[in-house]
Amino acid sequence: MYLLNLIFRNIFRHKLRTGLTILGITIAILSFGLLRTVIDAFYAGVEASSSTRLVTRNAISLIFPLPVSHKDKIRQIAGVQLVSWGNWFGGVYIDEKNFFPNFAVDPKSYLELYPEFVLPEDQKAAFFRDRKGFVAGRKLAAKYGWKPGDTVTLRGTIFPGQWDMVMRGIYKGRDHTVDESQFFFQWAYLNESIKKSAPLRSEQVGFYMIGVTNPSIAADVAANIDKAFKNSIAETLTETEKAFQMSWITMSEAIVIAIRLVSFVVIFIIMAVMANTMAMTARERIGEYAVFKTLGFGRWHIAGLIFGESLLISLIGCACGIALTFPAAKAFGAELSIFFPVFLVSDETIIMDISAAIVVGLIAGIFPTWRSIRIRIADGLRRIG
Amino acid sequence: MSSETAPIVQIRNVSKTYRRGSQAIKVLENISLDIKEGEFLALMGPSGSGKSTLLNLLAGIDSVDSGSVTIGGIDITKLSETDLAGWRAVNVGFIFQFYNLIPVLTAFGNVELPLVLTTLTKKERREHVEMALRVVGLADRMDHYPGQLSGGQQQRVAIARAVVTDPVILVADEPTGDLDRVSAAEILDLISRLNRELGKTIIMVTHDPRAAEKARIILHLDKGIFADVPS
Ligand SMILES: Nc1ncnc2c1ncn2[C@@H]1O[C@H](COP(=O)(O)OP(=O)(O)O)[C@@H](O)[C@H]1O
Ligand SMILES: [Mg+2]
Repeated sequence: MYLLNLIFRNIFRHKLRTGLTILGITIAILSFGLLRTVIDAFYAGVEASSSTRLVTRNAISLIFPLPVSHKDKIRQIAGVQLVSWGNWFGGVYIDEKNFFPNFAVDPKSYLELYPEFVLPEDQKAAFFRDRKGFVAGRKLAAKYGWKPGDTVTLRGTIFPGQWDMVMRGIYKGRDHTVDESQFFFQWAYLNESIKKSAPLRSEQVGFYMIGVTNPSIAADVAANIDKAFKNSIAETLTETEKAFQMSWITMSEAIVIAIRLVSFVVIFIIMAVMANTMAMTARERIGEYAVFKTLGFGRWHIAGLIFGESLLISLIGCACGIALTFPAAKAFGAELSIFFPVFLVSDETIIMDISAAIVVGLIAGIFPTWRSIRIRIADGLRRIG
Repeated sequence: MSSETAPIVQIRNVSKTYRRGSQAIKVLENISLDIKEGEFLALMGPSGSGKSTLLNLLAGIDSVDSGSVTIGGIDITKLSETDLAGWRAVNVGFIFQFYNLIPVLTAFGNVELPLVLTTLTKKERREHVEMALRVVGLADRMDHYPGQLSGGQQQRVAIARAVVTDPVILVADEPTGDLDRVSAAEILDLISRLNRELGKTIIMVTHDPRAAEKARIILHLDKGIFADVPS
């Protein structure tokens, strides 16, 4: 108690120095937290992916389609519970800069495969009924002020033309990790229109989404699917949804690595700043510590005073940094929602913030403590006066 | 009566040499000294004669090269660093030239400091601290910080801190060295009262003859040996 009180008083001896150090840690923790959140955002798709879902695509490349007829053969493979399919539509709403993901999908099976997209039953039914209906996530609908019944026109890039659709529902994420900025409409609508304008491109899908009965057999089922189409004109590549999402990140892996690196550099720099503060502080108090030792206080007491002060400073800075991370992430996420539909400060980030602060506090205390303990009392006392 | 009991401080053949680089400075050479309980001893001598060194050795904050220092029957040169710290906390009260108070603690907090290491309850600590501050005449300045007190007052707080644990010996290294004449006289009065009225054993380093006058015995140290033989 007494020592804790003393630590508190010691902290405010050099208000400016302590204040600046705390500010530095606050900024470091804030930057660290935001950078970690950016990395998390890269992996949001992976995190949200289910281990009972597989993605099947053309073995040559994602841009080559697969015949829709594959679905019947896939259904017969043991372990397959549900098959859905769709196309990446790549439509533009009014202007190129209004980017959001939009897919043409088989509505019933798709929503069944994605229980995390929560839709009221009546809206679901309305969507299934209307060939030209679409469903959008809550964030997306709010952004453009769409309400059920509104007509929205997408300009096709992969599939040219003006595509009029009527909003039939707004889905909510089952939890906050779910991307609420997607747009789905009926694959049948796409297919029928193409049949008229470009018949050769009809009856084809960009991907199959497959639900398996049990995550433990996912790998086997994937292998069996690919085996079934081996040596056909459209060979497949099937992987878990997680692996599929990962393959997207792999493309930007260098960026992720760079961000990760920078996040640790930030902590490293603040560690040096903090160590310098504590070294200065302890150097000034060598005489005082000698007095403590003279009075019978041991090395543990001295260590407690120095580490206590160091940890308290770093944890105060950490608390301020964390407190600022949330509003900053919110502003950041709103600004970057095109790139990162899910931009949330995770519990792990907070834990890493706190761990980093503790490590900084401890490391900054090591050298000053070692010095203060080692110095002989008589020499320490000589420093006074 | 005190002549029949063993001396409270027994220093035997103590030598101390400091090394500065390749140079060896012989500070104390084969010093022996007995101090009886309740004694008030002044150590005098020119600057650099080894007074502080001797005081530090008998207070257990520096270690001898050879010889023994026995206080209250315990040879402190044989104690480990941790045991020695515990021993100091119980047995020695320190009064320094520059008071050495902790600036962020009030007079009360400073006097309480040595009691933190004891098993006393908070209430008991408070009683001891108030008592000690009353002895030095600063009961009304309990909540003042060192920076709000004069030099003489700070030294009185330091004296209260030194006596609050009721130690076996009190050591003072030039306790008036940083004070004006009036404050110095007050501090010396206080120290000699501690000796006369409370029976404290006091060893005081000084080069102020007026200070030394208050003591019952004056010893002169010169170049590491006693210039006069104690009677
Ligand atoms: N830690 C030390 N390292 C080297 N020399 C020291 C040390 N402490 C004291 N000395 C030297 O020992 C001698 C005696 O010092 P000290 O006991 O402080 O003298 P006094 O208190 O009588 O002035 C001086 O020459 C001083 O420089
Ligand atoms: Mg001296």
